[in-house]
Amino acid sequence: MSGNNDYTQIDNLLREDRMPHIWCPGCGLGSVLHSFLTALNKSEVPLDKVSVVSGIGCTGRTAGYVKLDSFHTTHGRAIPFATGLKLANPELKVIVFSGDGDIGSIGGNHLIHAARRNMDLTVICVNNFIYGMTGGQVAPTTPLNARTSTSPYGCFDRPFNLPKLVTAAGATYVARWTAMHVRRLEKAIVEALLKPGFSFVEVIAPCPTQYGRKNRQSTGLAQMDYYKENSIIKHGADTKDVDIDLNGQIVIGKFVDIECPTFYDLQTEILGKTFPHMSKTQAEEASA
Amino acid sequence: MSRDGQLVGEFFMNGDVASAEGAICAGCRFFAGYPITPATEVAERMAERLPEVGGTFIQMEDEIASMAAILGGSWGGVKSMTSTSGPGFSLMMENLGLGAMTETPCVVVNIQRAGPSTGLPTLTQQGDMMQARWGSHGLYGTIAIAPSSPQEMFELTITAFNLSEKYRTPVLIMSDESVGHMSEKVVIPPMEQIEIFPRRKPTVPVDEYLPFKADADLVPPMGNAGEGYRFHVTGLTHDERGYPDMTAEAQDKLVRRLLDKIELNKDDIIILEEDGIDGAEVVVCSYGISARVALLAVKAAREEGIKVGILRLVTVWPFPDQKIKEIAKKIRAFVVPELNAGQVVLEVERCAGGAAETILVPHMGGAVHDPDVILEAIRKGSK
Amino acid sequence: MKYWRKPLDQDKVKPVHGRIILINERCKGCGFCVKFCPRNVLEESERVNAKGYHLVDAVKEDECVACGLCEAICPDFAIKVEIENAKEPTGV
Repeated sequence: MSGNNDYTQIDNLLREDRMPHIWCPGCGLGSVLHSFLTALNKSEVPLDKVSVVSGIGCTGRTAGYVKLDSFHTTHGRAIPFATGLKLANPELKVIVFSGDGDIGSIGGNHLIHAARRNMDLTVICVNNFIYGMTGGQVAPTTPLNARTSTSPYGCFDRPFNLPKLVTAAGATYVARWTAMHVRRLEKAIVEALLKPGFSFVEVIAPCPTQYGRKNRQSTGLAQMDYYKENSIIKHGADTKDVDIDLNGQIVIGKFVDIECPTFYDLQTEILGKTFPHMSKTQAEEASA
Repeated sequence: MSRDGQLVGEFFMNGDVASAEGAICAGCRFFAGYPITPATEVAERMAERLPEVGGTFIQMEDEIASMAAILGGSWGGVKSMTSTSGPGFSLMMENLGLGAMTETPCVVVNIQRAGPSTGLPTLTQQGDMMQARWGSHGLYGTIAIAPSSPQEMFELTITAFNLSEKYRTPVLIMSDESVGHMSEKVVIPPMEQIEIFPRRKPTVPVDEYLPFKADADLVPPMGNAGEGYRFHVTGLTHDERGYPDMTAEAQDKLVRRLLDKIELNKDDIIILEEDGIDGAEVVVCSYGISARVALLAVKAAREEGIKVGILRLVTVWPFPDQKIKEIAKKIRAFVVPELNAGQVVLEVERCAGGAAETILVPHMGGAVHDPDVILEAIRKGSK
Repeated sequence: MKYWRKPLDQDKVKPVHGRIILINERCKGCGFCVKFCPRNVLEESERVNAKGYHLVDAVKEDECVACGLCEAICPDFAIKVEIENAKEPTGV
């Protein structure tokens, strides 16, 4: 792979007029965004039909940097907004790009319900174990004993294992990578984009400013190095075994990739019994 | 039923159902909602009817999700609606603000029930009128309509969709349990007799489109997702390109326009119904079910020889300041019956500015007014 | 190292050579590119940009094979890699 490969060029997808972005030095969000944009080009989905929906927070700013139809919504509500968008126009490829606090805490209910419905969405959840933008408070993913500004003596609030949560709720594609594994992440996002139904990619990423410096990984580089040294690739791992302990090993890989009827499949099938015109997909109708 | 699935003719239906039928006539093809008494019949009707007309119904996980979903649906290019009642309306407030900030056309039907909190789920109140105006944080203009009958639930739901597209803003139908659950004759005309305001599409080439650059009437045309505009939409304060701009100047420019596009177009938005105001000494100013109940009191007062007029606020927000000011100069008193402890009366009082007395006829909800109580207030105002 | 067998097309294959374009005003000096370049092409320099971040130099650009990892991992969209004239085969 070279930088000259058309697919790896992302200039067509980045709002260059908004660079430099607001993210801190050593933050992993830019790397994840780069992987996402490369994956989008590689997936060959029609770009005019792509919508990126974000919630609030550092990761929520992603929508503002992509040269695509993009929506920066309210805290936690990216998934239901994206659901409405997708249902209104099933031709759209809708991607939710947001953080662990946004998707796992305030938006947690929407996450599990979108997974339950097998709604045709790709969710990229950047997990930095912290609420970054508000100043480093404990998150639903913060490992036990980690220090944050609202767990100053160490976190005693058990974290979510997000892959396990969405797998249990019904997601059809679940993977976890880190911001350091840019190529593998790219590949996973391509797979997720092309997977019908609810696909979920968790990306562990550094937040040196709010998380790293309180937890003995004072720079983004130190955190990236930690991912490199402590990540274990286990494709197909049972998601109940992929908990993350403070500064412990991180199990990464593609955990789930199953076939299951999507919301749209079931809607057209079941409504089609009463309304025969429905059994033809709306996409087919649109092109007819 | 006509070929495209629209009902035509005379029907016996309740206000909730009539509102759903109005939405279908208006072109609503996406509904996201959550069950709540007394608004559930709107959702049930939409679940039954939308598949017949090629639309999509989804029952979301809560009202927050419902509100977010209809914003998404609207940006997906489909007219979208949700319905709810008090507790759900409270949950919708944050995303209602997102709708106002991102100028997203949509309709929210609130079948008001008695609160606070769970209150009287099956009984009426008009307690959310100020919440309709100020419920989401920050500064934004509101359009809120208060139907008085099932027929109006049908007609004004169409009006609500038209206003939401014309002014690119969420429009609220502030109905109540009495009207929502009242069954009456509803006449549905054929489609060709129904006026529909279509989405204001951009007229410039795709690459020149600025999603928040307003036309002369302060409303920007709206491209839909998937049409190649590649726009950015954010709840942050933004410039004409839709890019975040964290300055007081950008805030002033944007928020002033959001307020002005409603305020300066008031004459076009506001619908009022007047009767016998010329020469009146007392004017009953009310809305929704209370205005209807007040008709009995007005009739009785007229029989007693009191010169009493009626001003019915079909549109409650934006408020008809000028109209109230003009009337106040000519009359002795306003009588304002409403099913709350005094909300819209504050606006009447403000606009009257002491030129006329303002008499509130409050009611805590659970039932409608006793017309005799309103009559007593009219008598008091005429003296 | 001696191979007992050589690729048949070895004389025709030209290893790709990359040219690294650094957009200095975007660099925030995180060091990801320096650390993760498989050929150790980049090095942190003493130079700083207007915001005071230490920039990187492509000190061993000759070694660059245009794998594009620095471009992909740079969180600030500050690196682009272009394929320059391919080098003549060096033989084994």
